[in-house]
Amino acid sequence: MPTTVPAHGNDAAGRLKELADATASDSALRRFLHGLPGVDAVGLEARAASLGTRSIKTTAKAYAIDLAISMIDLTTLEGADTPGKVRALAAKAANPDPTDRTTPRTAAVCVYPDMVATAKAVLAGTDVKVASVATAFPAGRAALPVKLADTRDAIEAGADEIDMVIDRGAFLAGRYMDVLEEIRAVKAECGDKARLKVIFETGELSTYDNIRRASWIGMLAGADFIKTSTGKVAVNATPANTLLMLEAVRDFRALTGVQVGVKPAGGIRTTKDAIKFLVLVNETVGEDWLDNTWFRFGASSLLNDLLMQRQKLSTGRYSGPDYVTVD
Amino acid sequence: MADMASPKAFAYAPAPESRAVVDIAPSYGLFIDGEFAEATGGKVFKTISPSTEEVLSEVAQGSAEDVDRAVKAARKAFEKWSALPGAERAKYLFRIARIIQERSRELAVLETLDNGKPIKETRDADLPLVAAHFFYYAGWADKLDHAGYGANPRPLGVAGQVIPWNFPLLMLAWKIAPALATGNTVVLKPAETTPLSALFFADICRQAGLPKGVVNIVTGDGTTGAALVAHEGVNKVAFTGSTAVGKAIARTVAGTDKKLTLELGGKGANIVFDDAPIDQAVEGIVNGIFFNQGQVCCAGSRLLVQESIQDELLDALKRRLSTLRLGDPLDKNTDIGAINSAEQLARITELADSGEAEGAERWAPACDLPENGFWFRPTLFTGVTQAHRIAREEIFGPVLSVLSFRTPGEAVAKANNSQYGLSAGIWTEKGSRMLAVASKLRAGVIWANTFNKFDPTSPFGGFKESGFGREGGRHGLEAYLDV
Repeated sequence: MPTTVPAHGNDAAGRLKELADATASDSALRRFLHGLPGVDAVGLEARAASLGTRSIKTTAKAYAIDLAISMIDLTTLEGADTPGKVRALAAKAANPDPTDRTTPRTAAVCVYPDMVATAKAVLAGTDVKVASVATAFPAGRAALPVKLADTRDAIEAGADEIDMVIDRGAFLAGRYMDVLEEIRAVKAECGDKARLKVIFETGELSTYDNIRRASWIGMLAGADFIKTSTGKVAVNATPANTLLMLEAVRDFRALTGVQVGVKPAGGIRTTKDAIKFLVLVNETVGEDWLDNTWFRFGASSLLNDLLMQRQKLSTGRYSGPDYVTVD
Repeated sequence: MADMASPKAFAYAPAPESRAVVDIAPSYGLFIDGEFAEATGGKVFKTISPSTEEVLSEVAQGSAEDVDRAVKAARKAFEKWSALPGAERAKYLFRIARIIQERSRELAVLETLDNGKPIKETRDADLPLVAAHFFYYAGWADKLDHAGYGANPRPLGVAGQVIPWNFPLLMLAWKIAPALATGNTVVLKPAETTPLSALFFADICRQAGLPKGVVNIVTGDGTTGAALVAHEGVNKVAFTGSTAVGKAIARTVAGTDKKLTLELGGKGANIVFDDAPIDQAVEGIVNGIFFNQGQVCCAGSRLLVQESIQDELLDALKRRLSTLRLGDPLDKNTDIGAINSAEQLARITELADSGEAEGAERWAPACDLPENGFWFRPTLFTGVTQAHRIAREEIFGPVLSVLSFRTPGEAVAKANNSQYGLSAGIWTEKGSRMLAVASKLRAGVIWANTFNKFDPTSPFGGFKESGFGREGGRHGLEAYLDV
């Protein structure tokens, strides 16, 4: 296996050139994607379910809870978001449990572009990143210049990370090259200022074969992270689609040496759920991905459940929703 | 990035299932005519936990006289039991199924202690299948007129059943559920190394109020089993176990009017084509040969992989084997438990050594083995040919022999080139190839894009030296009916 480099940076660009044949033309890309091994849905879901039966207790649970907290992109993506709401969320990300300062901070907050500056101001001086959705999130139905302007706007406001959506319409119509080139254009806009997460909206891609192909398009185009969902459709992150994407980043690194992160988002609400995802990471790609540079949870209510479980482990008692902050 | 204070190691803390849910008596008698009784002569043997070698209990060694008493009790009970309306027999079977579900945690822990297999498997595979089998055949009891054997098909009488140690309670269910549903009574001999779950089942029969003598459990060694199959009062013999013993049984019953079914050894071929879903195929290979430490008659012990993807597949397989967790079978995170007995471990060791001696390349992931008990690392051999012993003989352990093929025709020829014919697997995303290959394989069970999946509605049984007769499904009724 080649030595590992992160997807962000010049080294990775060099490595990706080695796969230039695959992206040389529309038909070459199609042949490459359709040549990837198929996915047996029953087998994939059975494997994910079987890893879900791992029993994570005591010290392992304490470790997993802190790790999960440190991997959260604490998210608010509502039409009703206000500066007040975003400031409260950012304060919580920087100090999740005011009663216990040993609690790790979340990895980032995730907001709309117009809220980036507000979040950034609260988080100045902390290591909590500000991530912004962009590219006409969540539908992605806009012209490329609009998407690029959206991205530029977020970066200029101080975003450290950009969460873009792919053009699912183009993907489902078989225009894979359009999807790839759009990601490349957004990546170029991010430059060395922001890490790029690419959202596939797996619930709309619908089949596991599509999710595997989309994962490879994203990685070939230079994504720093591949991400399941917007959180705005019926099916968001599931253990099975996340397992599949973990297999994709594993295989991509084995082939190119480029390491890409994974972010399941939407629908992960409990500590139990989060631990199941961490088990998937641990047993599929191993400890190289077990920190917040390489794995994130896109979530909002998950944090409070993790905090309550953390308090339970340290005090031996369940507290309750009034002992964690609302945001 | 927020730095983690703790080191980057997600080490799972021990998560042992509690032993307190099961109460094992220091000794057990034979279950005959609804009562536990000592063996004539009072001989006993010890049953141990193969993961620690701790003695779990002492069990009666049934003699020929004990077998005779049990068969007579079953004969006496047969008259009334077979005369019951099917719906009445079904009520008992449904009751047994529900009690098994209610006591499933206890039975899972017991089975793991006595057999050595991981609690994950007894909890998620053995016990649910045991209950499902009783539920399934309970449903048949009042519908036998519609099973395809004409109106009012008659039971055979007393069934003598001898079962193996690899799935003690599940094999008991496969034997007893169809026998009772069709109106037979039974004398069952569990394996010498795993008698406990059958004795707990005897207690469940009492709890369910099953009439005395309908189910009799006689523990003992091979001589007890031999006495049972040779007994003149037995109308039907059902055996699951080794091909050598199966042949001896066939010789014993030859010339009598006893009906016989045999479910014997296997050397299942798991065929992976170049268009297979690779990640799922890897899981299927692991499940095919490392489920229950490979002590499975239908294990996919021969991996036939298309040469064009051999390296890629083996890399993925080795990576996956390195994540298997071997150790305390009661730990909920254990994937690989103990080998059932010192004798079986010796046999696996001998055959694996022959693989090396004959020039195949041995590989096993690095993992520590516990000091006590019987353990064998999950192992694979590459460079295996049809001429190697490890490609022909049943190892009945966690040892995979990897062979390659070039064309579908060669895959079929190699898969069929075996004295056995119990199971096979096909991995391809192409439906037409799947069907074409399946129709050419001479094996009783063929799995496509999966392996080692069981269901009470599906018949199970072998071709060639893997035995004859079918268990499970509608087909499984035939073995217990006079048709």
